[in-house]
Amino acid sequence: MSETTAVQESTFSIQDFLAEESQKDLLRFSTAGSVDDGKSTLIGRLLYDTQSVYEDQVKSIEGKGTTQPGQIDFALLTDGLRAEREQGITIDVAYRYFATDKRKLIIADTPGHEQYTRNMATGASTADATVVLIDASKGVLIQSRRHAFIASLLRVRHVLVAVNKMDLIGYDEAKFRAIESDFRALLSQIAADTGSPVTPHFIPVSALLGDNIVHRSSAMSWYDGPSLLELLESVPAAINSDKEPFRFPVQRVLRPDSTFRGFAGQIASGIVRPGDTIVALPSGRSAQVARIVTYDGDLAEAQAPLSVTLVLKTEVDISRGDLIASAEDAGTIARGCKAHLVWMDQQPLQLHRRYLLKHTSQTVPAYVTALDYRTEIGTLEHKRAHTLEINGIGVVSIQLPRPIVLDKYSENRATGAFILIDPATNSTVAAGMVREVVGRDSLVGTSSAAASGPVTGEERRRRWGHSGGELHLTGSVELIDSVERALFAMGAVTVRVPALADAVRISQLAAAGLLALVVAPSNEEFLKARVGEAEIIVETEDATAVTAVLELLEENGLLAAHNEEGSEYSI
Amino acid sequence: MSGTFGEVQSAELSAAAVQAPRANHLRLLEAESIHILREVASEFERPVMLYSIGKDSTVMLRLAQKAFFPAPIPFPLLHIDTGFKFAEMIAFRDQMAKDIGAELLVWRNEPAIAAGTNPIALDTKRCCGLLKTQALLDGLKHYGFDAAFGGARRDEEKSRAKERIYSFRDGAGQWDPKNQRPELWNLYNARVHPGESIRVFPLSNWTEMDVWQYIHQENIPVVDLYFAKERPMYVRPAPGGQETLLPVEQAFVAWPGEKPQMVKSRLRSLGCSPCTGAIRSDADSIPAIIAEMLSFRSSERANRVIDHDQEGSMELKKREGYF
Repeated sequence: MSETTAVQESTFSIQDFLAEESQKDLLRFSTAGSVDDGKSTLIGRLLYDTQSVYEDQVKSIEGKGTTQPGQIDFALLTDGLRAEREQGITIDVAYRYFATDKRKLIIADTPGHEQYTRNMATGASTADATVVLIDASKGVLIQSRRHAFIASLLRVRHVLVAVNKMDLIGYDEAKFRAIESDFRALLSQIAADTGSPVTPHFIPVSALLGDNIVHRSSAMSWYDGPSLLELLESVPAAINSDKEPFRFPVQRVLRPDSTFRGFAGQIASGIVRPGDTIVALPSGRSAQVARIVTYDGDLAEAQAPLSVTLVLKTEVDISRGDLIASAEDAGTIARGCKAHLVWMDQQPLQLHRRYLLKHTSQTVPAYVTALDYRTEIGTLEHKRAHTLEINGIGVVSIQLPRPIVLDKYSENRATGAFILIDPATNSTVAAGMVREVVGRDSLVGTSSAAASGPVTGEERRRRWGHSGGELHLTGSVELIDSVERALFAMGAVTVRVPALADAVRISQLAAAGLLALVVAPSNEEFLKARVGEAEIIVETEDATAVTAVLELLEENGLLAAHNEEGSEYSI
Repeated sequence: MSGTFGEVQSAELSAAAVQAPRANHLRLLEAESIHILREVASEFERPVMLYSIGKDSTVMLRLAQKAFFPAPIPFPLLHIDTGFKFAEMIAFRDQMAKDIGAELLVWRNEPAIAAGTNPIALDTKRCCGLLKTQALLDGLKHYGFDAAFGGARRDEEKSRAKERIYSFRDGAGQWDPKNQRPELWNLYNARVHPGESIRVFPLSNWTEMDVWQYIHQENIPVVDLYFAKERPMYVRPAPGGQETLLPVEQAFVAWPGEKPQMVKSRLRSLGCSPCTGAIRSDADSIPAIIAEMLSFRSSERANRVIDHDQEGSMELKKREGYF
């Protein structure tokens, strides 16, 4: 083999081609749509018209599908799986690749129905842009609303709204403008809810006929904007985070011999240079960067999302899961957070149950301690709920027994995102986006550190996040255990005393700030829970029973209500 | 095959790299793949890299060198040898492992090979089932690997387009396309119960063009069979006025009385010699191969017999445990 001589020999401008290729960047975009809004046709058309489909692939679908004889059913180019071919629908995320003269593109092609909200979120999680399809003959339907909401929630910046089937409405500009105006209004409502506005672009298209997909159409002289592909070629790819604070989750410590100790990872945001002062978290130790090591030689600087290995000037104890961050803005060590969850599992969310939270390169236990609300995507209403079912989206409070460094998702898409894993089934049950970090400063010392005298109940309340008190529990042993477990999981300090115990002793415990569980267990199916005069009876054995008891505690001021401000951290 | 595998570490290449690389698409893909390689090496007890000697495997192997540099690759390579691989591939494999200092394991379904399994005696489907799928499952089980890297790309074939980067396999090594774990951001769920495993595809987002461009950019050696030269071939007519070029490597593929011809040709994809067709080509360098690709209108797996034996056949193989 003789690459070097052959390179010189090769005639045609392949060298020019390779030089141009080396300048191309990469745009990841997602799509969502349903059977009849023409999404698969649109993708198929994009691939076909950019000559990204091979002839044998075209051949393998010719004469099949639902189109007229002689026409290619473009949808068949993108529908992969056997079951989907049989049902005529797209049921998962499929990834497609194509390139133009300007850039390489990756499509995450997702279904649009409600039962595939999770697939939509999956596709959007890595996307820089998204293509929302609207059927011009039908206007803005629930699926387009859902897609727009997910795009905003996952922080996809550019929303390319393709108003499809313009041919069916006679290329009517007025109808197009009406849809545009409706959708803009919707997008501002969504942004108000999710807190992350998107940049919309509206294009009138016909995927079937190819109008404004790759080439500008002559059928709509009133539209002088770019075609869909021209937009995809020009929206910025979200790779420039140079101005954001440096974040480097350590994946692995490389120690080939006693002379080398490097920290391997992928830069999540920002830029690093030798000589920079960094801080290692959670230890808080700082050090200077000595070298940025790669197989191809040391680098003078590196930025997200490169994978590199950092060598520090001084020995600092750092292991997998730690974060190396810029000393100026190191992020927050969190004991918990408020987060948006997209629920992805058949088993609904169980409050107070132990899940595993994977964030950057670490996995820690996590408890969802409260569900603030569930969002009805169609109407953007916030509904009170006790659980999230599959494809449900809501805002929750999460408690982390082992603190980790978190950023808000709105500030950092890499260090503000996490997944939840069910430790029993190992399923990925939810995707999470941090809205608020809880526990700021709580590890750095509190006012009580400087206080003197006996520790008061009030100090304990601030530390523990709940007041002292008595919770009387009579009935089902299992439910008593579940309540105690849930409180323990939340970090509450409880003590179990029998109902016959000395009342004075019990009230002393309560005054000291402990939650006294005054129990009278029996073999009953139900549980009576009482705080003072307030009493409830719960019968079911699932998480809702426990939730009801916790709400009783909240209503009577023992537990901080999960949306109440002021406590050190809410539980 | 010529050239040494260590030559890319030459002084001038290292010097040229001492500036921030532009984050072009290859750098972005490289960064993503390296991240995946490091995650798997850190989260699994016993990972292994399936090394098939082809261009994709070869790129994956280079990425593994990069991911752990200056430490050695922290897992072994495993080659599933059907006994029908080209002799040049086997020589390349052994030299590669030696040059980069990697641990190479080879697994063969010896009982099936001894029983004379071949794609003509059986059909291609059953031959692949025994020599590839069964051998792979046996090999993984024998060594107790809980994660196996493969060089598959999503752009290769339609059913691959939906494959996760971490592809969960049950205790029998099978893939259930309807029950895949959601995969968001770059957060991969590595948890498995005993007996279950994950197939990992670090090149998922690479295209065939990306792979060749990277090989060119990084000056990565590949098997000589990819480059055009005069080779003896059985030339057979194929449907649609096409022809099939079958390499002369195994005696049993010849039809009675069939004589090979010398044809300037090369392979676009390396598989087992009885099932891998060659193409007429003058492409004798990486840029020439890329130039040829630009002019091609047929996807690379079209020359592999095994994908066409039945509608949706790759999906069926994967369900059964194939990569």
